[in-house]
Amino acid sequence: MQILLNGEPIATEARDLDELCAGLGLGDARIATAINGNFVAADRRCETKLAPADAVEIVAPRQGG
Amino acid sequence: MLKLYGASFSSRLLLGTAQYPSPDILRQAVEASRAEIVTMSLRRESARARAGQGFWELIEQLGARVLPNTAGCRTAKEAVATAKMARELFGTPWVKLEVIANDDTLQPDLFGLVEAATILCAEGFEVLPYTTEDLGAAERLVGAGCSVLMPWAAPIGTARGLINKDGLRTLRAYFPDVALIVDAGLGAPSHAAEAMELGYDAVLLNTAIAKAGDPIKMARAFSRAVEAGRLAFEAGLIEPRDMAIPSTPVAGTPFFKIDHAS
Repeated sequence: MQILLNGEPIATEARDLDELCAGLGLGDARIATAINGNFVAADRRCETKLAPADAVEIVAPRQGG
Repeated sequence: MLKLYGASFSSRLLLGTAQYPSPDILRQAVEASRAEIVTMSLRRESARARAGQGFWELIEQLGARVLPNTAGCRTAKEAVATAKMARELFGTPWVKLEVIANDDTLQPDLFGLVEAATILCAEGFEVLPYTTEDLGAAERLVGAGCSVLMPWAAPIGTARGLINKDGLRTLRAYFPDVALIVDAGLGAPSHAAEAMELGYDAVLLNTAIAKAGDPIKMARAFSRAVEAGRLAFEAGLIEPRDMAIPSTPVAGTPFFKIDHAS
């Protein structure tokens, strides 16, 4: 299915958010996630199913003012 | 001591971590500034670059308390989601809440700010809102549960200093028990000292140090200016006057004639 990952369209076979993160090699990374504008806690990723056209955000810490 | 949501700090300078020439200069600038609180952000993580992962080591090296921001958010919903991601990632209930209204001025959207602050305070966040000197918005933010307010001095990155000093003075007088931090728009150490002389509890800045010719030296300069401004406030500044008053005693002046005194 096609989803939007950080604003870019990608094809994925991942069924849930946890699988998506693991497939990207970010399974053990310090990241935080949201789907369709709503925060998804780390311990809820495996029960958060993905659907076509979902907009997924995966973020990490960065410099800021 | 600076007190923010029950935590005490000896430094009254909060420092942004962006735009430094290198991570090492950032680390040295934080050290030179003596800042105990640094701001950070969240940005999209690329599976290839994994830039955020390397940044963790730097965060730990800085040894400062992290204040995550919601920079770039344009709506209350975006800011709330970003704050929740930041809380999980940085392990802190603190958030520098930014809801931006306009790209040219980067001024806060006060309506969105109050909306987001209300939601986040109710969910246990300790919110430090980036706001203006607007008294009505400040009242709403305090009513929502904010015990810290961060009014701008001038638009972010402009280095113009305190463009509405009267407004900032009024805010200080109106909220004697709320921690007030001037955030954004400072360009020179004298601006920071000016804010502190008004009785502000602290200042937060980034660009003026990060983009200085020598960020480490400038960090030291701001640190001293903040300390000097605070000392001056505590000491009590004299009132300005229109007419001169001799500081040297007049009595006993050689060659004194009475008509000189008229």
